[in-house]
Amino acid sequence: MRTQPRYVDVERCTGCGDCAQVCPVSLPDRFEQGLGTHKAIHKHYAQAIPGAYAIEKLDRSPCTSACPGMVNAHAYVALTAIGRYKEALEVIYRTLPFPGVISRICPHPCESACRRKDVDEPIAICDLKRFIADTVDLSDLHVTTGPKRNQKVAVVGGGPAGLSAAYFLARHGFSVTIFEAEEEVGGMLRYVIPDYVLPKDVLDREVGFLKRLGVEMRCRTALGRDVTIDGLLAQGYAAVFVATGAPKGIPLQIPGEDANGVMQGVDFLRRVQQGTLDEVPTKVAVVGGDDTAFYAARSARRLGAEEVIVIYSRDLDQLPARPENYREAVEEGVRVLTRVSPVEVVEESGQARGLRCVRTTLKEADTSGRRRPVPEAGSDIFIEAPLIIAALGRTPDTAGLSEAESLPTERFATLQVDPVTFETPRPGVFAGGEVCSGPWVAIGAVAAGREAAESIRRYVDGEDLRADRESLEPLRRHFMPIPENETPRPRATMPRRDPSERITNFREVNLGLSEMQARSEAKKCLNCMGCCECLACVEACRAEAVRHDERPQEVRLEVGSVILAPGFRSVDPSRYDTYAYADHPNVITALEFERILSATGPFQGHLVRPSDHKEPRRIAWLQCVGSRDMHHCDNGYCSAVCCMYAVKEAVIAREHSPYPLETTIFFMDMRTYGKDFERYYEKAKASGVRFVRSRIHSVEPVAGSDDLRLRYVDGDGRMREEDYDLVVLSTGLESSEETVRLAERLGISLSPGRFAQTRIFAPVSTSRPGVYVCGALSGPKDIPQSVMEASAAACAATEALCDARYSRTRTVELPAPRDVTGEKPRIGVFICNCGINIGGVVRVPEVVAYAKELPGVVYAQENLFSCSQDTQEKMAEIIGREKLNRVVIAACSPRTHEPLFQETLSAAGLNPYLLEMANIRNLDAWVHGDDPDGATRKAKDMVRMAVAKALLLEPLEQTSLPVSKKALVVGGGVAGMTAALSLARHGYPVVLVEKSKQLGGQANRLHKTAAGDDVADALNELVGQVTNHPLVTVHLETEIQSVEGFVGNFHTCLACGETRHEVDHGVTIIATGAKEWKPDIYGYGAHRAVMTHLELDEHLKSNDQVVATARTIVFIQCVGSRDSTRAYCSKVCCTHTMVSALECRKRNPDADIYVLYRDIRTYGEREALYREARAQGIVFIRYSPGSPPRVTPGPERVAVTFREPILERDLALEADVVCLASAIVSHHNNALAQLFKVPMDSDGWFLEAHQKLRPVDFATEGVFVCGLAHYPKPLEESIAQAKAAASRAMTVLASRAIRVGGVVSVVDASRCSGCMGCVNVCPFGAIGFDEEMRAARINPALCKGCGACAAVCPSEAIALKGFTNQQLYAVIKTALA
Amino acid sequence: MDTKPFEPKIVAFMCNWCTYGAADLAGVSRLPYPQNIRPIRVMCSATISPHHILRAFQSGADGVFIGGCHIGDCHYIKGNYMTIKRVAFMEDLLNWFGLEGRLHLEWISSAEAQKFVDVIRRFTEKIRALGPNPIPALLKTPKAIWNGADDEGHCANVA
Repeated sequence: MRTQPRYVDVERCTGCGDCAQVCPVSLPDRFEQGLGTHKAIHKHYAQAIPGAYAIEKLDRSPCTSACPGMVNAHAYVALTAIGRYKEALEVIYRTLPFPGVISRICPHPCESACRRKDVDEPIAICDLKRFIADTVDLSDLHVTTGPKRNQKVAVVGGGPAGLSAAYFLARHGFSVTIFEAEEEVGGMLRYVIPDYVLPKDVLDREVGFLKRLGVEMRCRTALGRDVTIDGLLAQGYAAVFVATGAPKGIPLQIPGEDANGVMQGVDFLRRVQQGTLDEVPTKVAVVGGDDTAFYAARSARRLGAEEVIVIYSRDLDQLPARPENYREAVEEGVRVLTRVSPVEVVEESGQARGLRCVRTTLKEADTSGRRRPVPEAGSDIFIEAPLIIAALGRTPDTAGLSEAESLPTERFATLQVDPVTFETPRPGVFAGGEVCSGPWVAIGAVAAGREAAESIRRYVDGEDLRADRESLEPLRRHFMPIPENETPRPRATMPRRDPSERITNFREVNLGLSEMQARSEAKKCLNCMGCCECLACVEACRAEAVRHDERPQEVRLEVGSVILAPGFRSVDPSRYDTYAYADHPNVITALEFERILSATGPFQGHLVRPSDHKEPRRIAWLQCVGSRDMHHCDNGYCSAVCCMYAVKEAVIAREHSPYPLETTIFFMDMRTYGKDFERYYEKAKASGVRFVRSRIHSVEPVAGSDDLRLRYVDGDGRMREEDYDLVVLSTGLESSEETVRLAERLGISLSPGRFAQTRIFAPVSTSRPGVYVCGALSGPKDIPQSVMEASAAACAATEALCDARYSRTRTVELPAPRDVTGEKPRIGVFICNCGINIGGVVRVPEVVAYAKELPGVVYAQENLFSCSQDTQEKMAEIIGREKLNRVVIAACSPRTHEPLFQETLSAAGLNPYLLEMANIRNLDAWVHGDDPDGATRKAKDMVRMAVAKALLLEPLEQTSLPVSKKALVVGGGVAGMTAALSLARHGYPVVLVEKSKQLGGQANRLHKTAAGDDVADALNELVGQVTNHPLVTVHLETEIQSVEGFVGNFHTCLACGETRHEVDHGVTIIATGAKEWKPDIYGYGAHRAVMTHLELDEHLKSNDQVVATARTIVFIQCVGSRDSTRAYCSKVCCTHTMVSALECRKRNPDADIYVLYRDIRTYGEREALYREARAQGIVFIRYSPGSPPRVTPGPERVAVTFREPILERDLALEADVVCLASAIVSHHNNALAQLFKVPMDSDGWFLEAHQKLRPVDFATEGVFVCGLAHYPKPLEESIAQAKAAASRAMTVLASRAIRVGGVVSVVDASRCSGCMGCVNVCPFGAIGFDEEMRAARINPALCKGCGACAAVCPSEAIALKGFTNQQLYAVIKTALA
Repeated sequence: MDTKPFEPKIVAFMCNWCTYGAADLAGVSRLPYPQNIRPIRVMCSATISPHHILRAFQSGADGVFIGGCHIGDCHYIKGNYMTIKRVAFMEDLLNWFGLEGRLHLEWISSAEAQKFVDVIRRFTEKIRALGPNPIPALLKTPKAIWNGADDEGHCANVA
């Protein structure tokens, strides 16, 4: 496994959010479906668990990666965007000590890499850097330096490499001396780059900052002449860094070069800079195309030359000079001749007169990768110029060095160094910059200086010079996506002096960006990397939880089973033109609508539309977007959940809206097949939600407004048009590419719909043994089904591993709690600052002083972070030392931190219930930040209230009850047998009770599964496994007679005829099934041709001639379902009809087969059967419940009359078989419900504890439900639910004991009047009535601690421990004191 | 005479599973609201008995707020059904005492931080407009009908 870093230590993060406050980067909030933004360091959502923050950081931003100096451009751009210039400069100074200089001369590879160019143009990163450098006063700049060392380091050469090395060495704490040959430091920056590009005061300012760091600069001191390396080492310098640059011009190597009037460009510029050359002839020729050439040409113009020609042998696009330099030169009147090479300096008596040149053509590329210029014969040109400036490049001057100082050189006279560590072969001698690289960008020299400084530090400290340096992560390009609606904006440009003015002086040409320009330019940044690594969060986090250096980790785990639950992706509707989703903000997905409705959503639950935040009056939902659609998306399946969520959204939207809201759902078939869903649908209709059976033609904007025009074909085939304020797309569910790849990697098969392939009788097993699945990976499904499958997968995954249970668990050893009975309260109060979260508002020392005066308090102190590990240990020590017997912690919420502090008490030998918390962070400091006085007052009140309660706290004991490790399963159908077998395979004895003579239940009558397999085969196998398993005891023809006890300790009496069996068991699973309704309509019973589904299955199983000889077969759907008697959908019938109809088609290809239906509900991948049935020519005709088909028995056949909806005419058929999709109905086993104290709904289905989150549990602990007893469902769902019930039951069976006590209610029998009010209100059946004592008695094993009983007790005989009336009265009183 | 403006004291009973969570979230979201409430966390709104409400008013609370889970969302299945009936009954009783409008019940889920803040703001303003709880002043007069009340207004147990 590869774990992605979070960059925040979850253990340390307190969730205070200080980091997010300072984070400069805002990113689209994925949780809000992009409707809002969050900072790069953020909490996934407000109530996320864990509550720690995380950093969204992708691959390094391309601008930063492209920089040879690794200057973090992303960060300083982000900080500039919000006006935090000083921090921006601090970011730059981490890697670059001369931003003002570099920003004026850098060829900015960062900008070439900038992804903004995909929208418009790259961000003007370099100009932004200059803006920061020019704006922030360097005397404000804070750079951290290491402790001062007593070693000194010599830097030879004061150019960019030397200065950079000196800066970083000084920051490492060294004493640094720069030895510079010239008058002043700066090297090329000072002597080659002219003032109009880089004013020298900018250089002096940044060099001055180095001097402030203590760098000593000895000028006019040359290596070889004034000092030697040996000498420096002998003087006690711990190391020497050689950075003498590449100051020597390369000769022209043509005849006449020595004539008067031929100069090297670097020499020319140096003399101009030094003021020793201030006159030039009218005509000047410059040979070369680098920056030096153009600087020389431009300087010559400024000195009065009228005709300056730059001669370059290749094409303009190969020009090595910076484009800005070239452009400005041309503006200043410099002419550029390309593809021309000089061949001779024409001289006249030793004075140059001009250049004889030839034209060149470009041949194949040379070693530098550029095309080689070759002279063209007979193309001579003469260029008149008494001053010829050679600028063919520069080279290091290392001739002396290599001999005198024993530093070997390489090609082009560069010094030999290690490319990573910058070591020369001489120990202690390092070199970098142009003396090693040859002429290169200055930022490269800066980087070399920085890396050499790091090497020198390691060398001096005796560390490995290479460790962690070469492993530069490979360049990847996983960046934040560019928003689709990003609008192009022009790039900010600096104002420049007019060329006519420029050539009269040496004043700076470019004048810098204004603040407004800079900020709006910086705001265009696309935040490629997400987090920009400005490290502001590190600074802000008092808990020191931020870990920017975390890396992905490979984790190897040895496991016996794997469960896959990667979930689904909502279909992206951008791919449909029909819905205008990509183009119109008011067409949104259902998930976006969910966020809009949410109280924590982008609009705090205020129902508004995105474009203009107007409250919509008309909302349309369009169903089946990305589902049941083979044309646009290959998602032929039904997404199973969209109908229900659309109905829910419409209903909730109407509730949210303060005015009447029109809500319309456009659908094909309404598929509300789940438990209570049909009722919800009917209620929605009744409440005014409009349902339109239709096909959508198009969604288009209404001109002149943000509204949308919907065109659709209605159920009668007519085209209609309606306008809406907001259109919600009910987008389907699909497996993401990532999930598909995961499946491929793990070698599990996928279905045609790209969901994990499972089998009907093994619904949570993938095709690979040992790999299990739950949730939407195995097909689109809703929450209850996903939760059931989750438990089922846990059950299946542990079946083979049950021997390993508890083999790798560890138990925490705690000291025995101290007995505090009879002690006077000694309360310790700890008041948390939570960094500055509380302490920044509440005056914590004042609250501590106040707490010390409160009754019972013997100790009070403040903590920086109460939840940190070291503070926990300190508090435990104080509890022991001060003999505290009550503890009050005033900090954050008990909802999140009470368990942690209870552990602290336990570790200190105190009963954990002797703790009380005061939530002075969430409920005080965080909400009263603008009023420290009021917040301090409230904190005191809250501490006083907590102390008042603490005075009355008493230790609460938890005791253990044994668990009877046996299960009772009631019902021997597929669900009951599956549950029993699962439990037995986990090693638990099971008693399986079946009231009939045989196992198998309704499945005995089923013919084929939806997958086309014979049910009988699988069923026989299951029955065999159950009856042969040694741990399963089957009782046939047996019923439950009586039940006593509670979770873990049931005692049940079984009755088989006259025989009685007593069973002790820890859990019960109810799997009593359901039955087929015997219809009293459609002529059922009056003619043998009319039969139910199960009866047709019997014909199919027996293979008689009924189907084979039929000419016409009619299926009628919803027989007894979805009507006023049974207002529920029987869920299985549509699929059953498809299976049966296809089987009939197979056996009798000539028969006419009709299906009369209301809505086809082949949810999920069952939709494929529907598609297949239609492809096979089975005719589907919809009827409305108002005019159902009529079946009239005739002598041989039966007449079926129905209304054809499109023709609006009654049609009649003569049918040989009429198959009724008869409802599934409950056994209405009220007696059983009462025996186990579990509820049933009005349809007779057992009612689970929570429909979504606890779908197989009852509120009564230890009793579980599965199969048809819960609700109609297909085999695979019954089996999954049975495994889920077994899994949930095992949470009881596998526990070593049941812990009871703690926060539970107790009865003081002496005060109980026996009114039994409490017995009736207890939702958990935990209270019984003791006839002998004439008092109520509470079973602590069943009590959940809600306190409802205590509140109804008129004589205050019941107390909820931990929340007793006395405690609450004390709190109320002190709250108001 | 005390010239300070009247600042109501409000006791806020909050269910641990919903309203207390909303108050926590209001903190996380830094949503400010008046300082007048003094929070008391309970496990379920159904834990609040008439005793507690009366005690609060006797002790001088100007308002009592109860926050519970939306119907159908009770952590203990049906506690809030009891709460809603009890509060309706208590409102009648309090009207009789002359404390009308001073008890407020609201369903606030743990996600509804903004609703929590809005409700607290509105209720605080309402109590501010109603003025101080008249009961403590009554208790201090010698002719109080509250014979047998101790100095805090608590009646001795007359069992």
